[in-house]
Amino acid sequence: MEKFEKLTGIAAPMPLVNIDTDMIIPKQFLKTIKRSGLGVNLFDEMRYDDNGEEIPDFVLNKPQYREAEILVAGDNFGCGSSREHAPWALKDFGIRCVIAPSFADIFYNNCFKNGILPIALPQDQVDVLMKDAEKGANARITVDLEEQTVTMSDGDSFAFEVDSFKKHCLLEGLDDIGLTLEKVGAIDTFEARASAERPWV
Amino acid sequence: MSPKTLYDKIWDAHVAHEADDGTCLLYIDRHLVHEVTSPQAFEGLRMTGRTVRAPDKTIAVPDHNVPTTAGREDPKNMTEDSAIQVAALDTNARDFGIHYYPVSDVRQGIVHIVGPEQGWTLPGMTVVCGDSHTATHGAFGALAHGIGTSEVEHVLATQTLIQRKGKNMKVEITGKLAPGVTAKDITLSVIGKTGTAGGTGYVIEYCGEAIRALSMEGRMTVCNMAIEGGARAGLIAPDEKTFEYIKGRPHAPKAAQWEAAMNWWKTLYSDDDAHWDKVVTIKGEDIAPVVTWGTSPEDVLPITASVPAPEDFEGGKVGAAKRSLDYMDLKPGTPLNEIEIDTVFIGSCTNGRIEDLRAAAEILKGKKIKDGMRAMVVPGSGLVRAQAEEEGLADIFKAAGFEWRLAGCSMCLAMNPDQLSPGERCAATSNRNFEGRQGRGGRTHLMSPAMAAAAAVTGKLTDVRELM
Repeated sequence: MEKFEKLTGIAAPMPLVNIDTDMIIPKQFLKTIKRSGLGVNLFDEMRYDDNGEEIPDFVLNKPQYREAEILVAGDNFGCGSSREHAPWALKDFGIRCVIAPSFADIFYNNCFKNGILPIALPQDQVDVLMKDAEKGANARITVDLEEQTVTMSDGDSFAFEVDSFKKHCLLEGLDDIGLTLEKVGAIDTFEARASAERPWV
Repeated sequence: MSPKTLYDKIWDAHVAHEADDGTCLLYIDRHLVHEVTSPQAFEGLRMTGRTVRAPDKTIAVPDHNVPTTAGREDPKNMTEDSAIQVAALDTNARDFGIHYYPVSDVRQGIVHIVGPEQGWTLPGMTVVCGDSHTATHGAFGALAHGIGTSEVEHVLATQTLIQRKGKNMKVEITGKLAPGVTAKDITLSVIGKTGTAGGTGYVIEYCGEAIRALSMEGRMTVCNMAIEGGARAGLIAPDEKTFEYIKGRPHAPKAAQWEAAMNWWKTLYSDDDAHWDKVVTIKGEDIAPVVTWGTSPEDVLPITASVPAPEDFEGGKVGAAKRSLDYMDLKPGTPLNEIEIDTVFIGSCTNGRIEDLRAAAEILKGKKIKDGMRAMVVPGSGLVRAQAEEEGLADIFKAAGFEWRLAGCSMCLAMNPDQLSPGERCAATSNRNFEGRQGRGGRTHLMSPAMAAAAAVTGKLTDVRELM
């Protein structure tokens, strides 16, 4: 997995609550057996009209946000289905960090498996970042995972919380499965005991 | 011993390893797999030379993008990309030696209907699937939730998940339900009250007299939509109804193992003085038949109400409501029962079981759907379909003017050809009314099977109690 240490990039404002995974990547693009290539269809139904032409008003179609690497969004980002195609599409487009007041659980988890950092901040701080992002390409935000800070273009910064294990994996770009398999002895022991206690499982 | 919730008990029984920082490896008893969220996971195993640790605990079935029309066993009758995903699942199931119900098998169906039907889902288990509606299995007192594809690969390789424990939330539905009010109305009403993020970070236990009175199928409907309330998992303590439902199913324990299992299952309840981080109580008598008006499952109102105005809300929801009303082409103040529809979809993992079809058929008996209406019933599994045919329900649906389809997820997420066209408006028994969910530009109103049947007859959203 790609590491996430520190990122300075353009933040795109999406001041909408409940941005769901059907919005992020509509189902017609889930018929792939690959993880790559979904960026072109990120936010497809908001981004393109019925003829497949770009809708100029959509934030990621605006010249100043086409290279955005950070999204600032409303409450409950990523609600809906478990499709990991949502973070795959974000990543493929170039988004490495999403900042919102809250995230849906499954989406939040899926981000960490793909080198994307989701940051939950209080509404008033997200409001400030949203305003900053609305300034356009001049407003670069710096996200420092090691320090757990988000710093705006004017130097003001906010601290954020992140689970220590998830932080470690993201900083180092670690493969979860490899880490778990180091504990295979514990799994073997558990499995033997559980199958003695609950043989019907 | 300190008192525990049901979630605490199941969690404690499945921790295979706990790190100093509290990160756990949770052992998984059942892993359900479908064609859309698994190909990349199996590919990951191949690329790293890993294998499936517990193929006997891994069950696969194609459901999300399979057509629901005749002749689908022939890949030529699928779109090319769907056929590739289904063929990939065929190959992966065979290569890795996991249990499999192919499209041609009468037991094929929606993964969350097949699991309980075949007796794979049992009380006290941990159940995962790369699908957010895995919460359905919580109806059996199992800890069941959706996972992403990376986690699918993790479970395939290690039979565990890296997890931190969630918080405990109790949702109590007291008293009795009024006539015409169903499990779907309960679960939608809970989301209407708590919001789509109200359960984020929690595991919900549904309890109370109205929940106890539900059948197992109704309980599955309630738990199914826990995720729409933000909770990864919802569960209901097992009781005699649970045990009765499970007994004799193909993969349920038998003989001495049944007795041993029962001894443990009977300990699976929340202790009286267990700690709850959040409690929500709703009176069963206060729940009405409901529909959704917007594009979030929290946009729930009784059918007797009117379309709200954006100013009725606060904060970010004002803008969201305005956007929803634009998308749904609805004007504030319009009575909900005057909203005309052109499509009816009965099916999905929320409401595709035999009792759902019975409830809809009861309303449709001797009636015709409104002229010009497109209406379809998509049974949740081949076995549900067969039973409905045996009971004469299929004849009622067909006589009323419904299409009688083969099993699958169908128009719930519209990955297969069953889709809404832009501007079409659907009364649906499924679980999500998001923008574009049933097809780009399509408009979805969620409701119970009986309410959807009533809407098919009248051509508009309808209070089912008027047809009872």
